[in-house]
Amino acid sequence: MASNAAVPFWRAAGMTYITYSNICANLVRNCLKEPYKAEALTREKVHFSISKWTDGKPEKPTIRSDSPEE
Amino acid sequence: MLRRTMGLLARPIAAARARSFSTDLPAAQTADATFVEAWNKAMPNMDPPKTPLSFMQPRPATPSSIPSKLTVNFVLPYASELATKEVDMVIVPATTGQMGVLPGHVATIAELKPGVLSVHEGNETTKYFVSSGFVFIHANSFADIIAVEAIPLDQIDANLVQKGLAEFTQKLSSATTDLEKAEAQIGIDVHSALNSALTG
Repeated sequence: MASNAAVPFWRAAGMTYITYSNICANLVRNCLKEPYKAEALTREKVHFSISKWTDGKPEKPTIRSDSPEE
Repeated sequence: MLRRTMGLLARPIAAARARSFSTDLPAAQTADATFVEAWNKAMPNMDPPKTPLSFMQPRPATPSSIPSKLTVNFVLPYASELATKEVDMVIVPATTGQMGVLPGHVATIAELKPGVLSVHEGNETTKYFVSSGFVFIHANSFADIIAVEAIPLDQIDANLVQKGLAEFTQKLSSATTDLEKAEAQIGIDVHSALNSALTG
């Protein structure tokens, strides 16, 4: 069967496919023309909304984002 | 010793022939037969509840003759670009090169690289620039293309592409760690693909 030699360069550098794919998608979105770019930037944000529950009621949710500024 | 290894070889081959390939499967079933039988034995007066299998559309069987059209499902995480659209051909940017998919194509799974996807239907061609993804071609002439981002070519801004290409070429020369080099290389790949999409 195929040996482990033919790995793509990004995997050899320690990156996973999902990271590679997200980087490609972000680069493509950054090359869009103006009205489309603004909508695309909203898609770029990956975030989770986490709320802790106490006494059967959710507290204020915190939004955890994938992008480093937040 | 040779005769014993021949004997060992024969057994896996026989086992493989007994199992059918996943590409030759008949049409998928719409109801879970064993569940329905067991239910009818236990509760003969009630109708069996529907299982998820009955809500799904069954997979069409592999036809014996090559169909005339390819059915394409092109999906993105946020939208379904094409849903069971019948087309004549699609050309996908696989990592092994531009791959043309016609009806009757052999079942394949291909990883996509950043590039142009073109859908040919009659005399019209619709082109998208795809950032990355996969294409699953099934034996029954259904193709599922999944991508993270797909944009029509006229939405690409040429200046931004040039700027990006210059920026990443510069980053590659100044990169130190393997990861930085990989990121810069990805940038160069994506921007040069965008560039050729604009010019090609």
